[in-house]
Amino acid sequence: MEPVLKVQNLGMNFGGLRALDDLDLDVCKDEIVALIGPNGAGKTTFFNCITGIYPPTDGDVFIFARDRDMPERINGLKPNKVTEKGLARTFQNIRLFPSMTVLENVMIGRHCRMHAGVLGAVLKGRSTVMEEKKAVEDSYTILEKMGLAQFVDEFAKNLPYGAQRRLEIARAMATEPFLLLLDEPAAGMNPNETQELDELIKQIRDKEGISILLIEHDMKLVMSLSDRIFVVDYGKKIAQGTPEGKKSRRAPRKR
Amino acid sequence: MIKFDEIKRAVLVSIWFMFLTFPIMVIRVNPVEHIVEWRWKNMVLVGIGSFLLSFVWNYLMKRKELGSKEAEAGEETIKISLFHRALNEKKIYLPALVIFGIFTISFPFIFSMYQTTIMVTALIYVMLGLGLNIVVGLAGLLDLGYVAFYAVGAYSYALLNYHFGLSFWIALPIGGALGAIFGILLGFPVLRLRGDYLAIVTLGFGEIIRIILENWNEFSFGPSGIANIPRPPLFGMDLSVHGSTTYIYYIMIVLCVFTIFVVNRLQDSRIGRAWIALREDEIACQAMGIDKARTKLTAFSLGATWAGMAGVMFAAKTTFVNPASFTLWESIIVLCIVVLGGMGSIIGVIAGALVLVLTPEYLRAFSEYRMLAFGTLLVVMMIFRPGGIIPNVRRTYKFESVKNADKS
Repeated sequence: MEPVLKVQNLGMNFGGLRALDDLDLDVCKDEIVALIGPNGAGKTTFFNCITGIYPPTDGDVFIFARDRDMPERINGLKPNKVTEKGLARTFQNIRLFPSMTVLENVMIGRHCRMHAGVLGAVLKGRSTVMEEKKAVEDSYTILEKMGLAQFVDEFAKNLPYGAQRRLEIARAMATEPFLLLLDEPAAGMNPNETQELDELIKQIRDKEGISILLIEHDMKLVMSLSDRIFVVDYGKKIAQGTPEGKKSRRAPRKR
Repeated sequence: MIKFDEIKRAVLVSIWFMFLTFPIMVIRVNPVEHIVEWRWKNMVLVGIGSFLLSFVWNYLMKRKELGSKEAEAGEETIKISLFHRALNEKKIYLPALVIFGIFTISFPFIFSMYQTTIMVTALIYVMLGLGLNIVVGLAGLLDLGYVAFYAVGAYSYALLNYHFGLSFWIALPIGGALGAIFGILLGFPVLRLRGDYLAIVTLGFGEIIRIILENWNEFSFGPSGIANIPRPPLFGMDLSVHGSTTYIYYIMIVLCVFTIFVVNRLQDSRIGRAWIALREDEIACQAMGIDKARTKLTAFSLGATWAGMAGVMFAAKTTFVNPASFTLWESIIVLCIVVLGGMGSIIGVIAGALVLVLTPEYLRAFSEYRMLAFGTLLVVMMIFRPGGIIPNVRRTYKFESVKNADKS
């Protein structure tokens, strides 16, 4: 299996606090990998380090983009650059653009794949008009895939909770990623919605060919979805393996 | 029906107002004759007036609450969008636009020169408001030093003309460009700031520019300013004051139309969306691949461009600039225009500018109570229309073609 993301010895210090310590992780192509652990274990910090919101103190993050043979080191890149390289993420507490319409939210995701500048916007030349039109159509297609087409002109803040979660995924998909990072996608969902999400994530992997790394507390979802599981506590990796292997072993929290 | 409760409240309100206005409305000290005059009649008038006003107020508040309840039930949408629907209906807005166009063009011939001058000032503020609307309304960056760019524009025309004899038409783009450069200069240090902190730093920036202009005598001639700045020339003709006011009015109209055109296009473009996303959620915006630094800098510089050009216009109109014209108060007025008109809404900002600049002029009849009446108007407007006079409505898209294409 060829990897798409390889993280080696990742460490992150907040002053004297070591939030991440020597963490190794890899995601292969067409794989769903879950990152689990108790609250405060450093899972979201790990996401933030990979996506450039915090620059990691030490270690390396390599990505293997589709069109490149060589691994590319992405530590310390700005978040928008990381997204441009093909890593898209969602947030634990939903961070949509509340006063924009659903379609516009997705169109923001298309932003880094568009090129119109100030002059283009003012003169509205042929290329800009075409680009705009294509962005609208692409965004709409994504919304249809995610089952959000009915909300297209609705404000994001007026959507039901489950739909907001899906919209966040749709927005991330609009950036054309090869790896999708989902931070607790099922948080606050009822069993029905979780079931739908389960299918949706599998569909994204199978139909779009996007690998997925997710943080989740809902163990049922994790067990049914993931190909491999990493367990983190106190910023250290304490176990890794397949769902079948994990079920039998309990990883008690060490003090 | 009028309830006892309401009467009680109104009585309390009127007593409170009588108490508040007691020192200014009732007592009059005559220091020459050492007499204290007690004008009890005024107190009675204030009491009755505030009693009635409080009834009206209660009624309006009730209606407003009813309105918001309806909005929760989803019935309000039709009412609010009536104005915007009219904008989208060709049959309605085309004739309206034509009438409005004829009115604006014939304005200097219908009204006196005084009215035209006021209108030019109002139009300058329309331009300033639309510029600040990019920074505050769209990108959500609270800028309290906007007047600095206005000053940069005005002084660039004044100084370029004084030293090099550059004409108005050359100075206009230069003023805009200098505004943009200063916008970027301000933008760099404040990239990391937002909200209150940003407001304080920009406020400081505005004051720095003003204080430099006031104290650097060799450069800007200090508080005495620069006089005898030429009005815009018309093919080398020397226009009378009346003629050139009319001419400036038309230049302003053209510039305003140009501003509206550009801002409108920007708003619906890739960059406009990025600005709005930046306003909504900075972290998510960055995580979606938007270059935060670049987006902020374009907002600052594009906003400042209009202020720079408005500044050149201002210098040409008054033929005199000095630092006293560029105080914090100007920034606040422009910010009021944006907030009161409706953040991010072009037509709202225009309405806001006209209301805010023209009302103090027409309220001159109230003489010393002018600013009081103006303040009351602002408070009342913000209570009954918190979203601005004409709030912004996001653009929606039609999808029939896409849907059909998918089916076939």
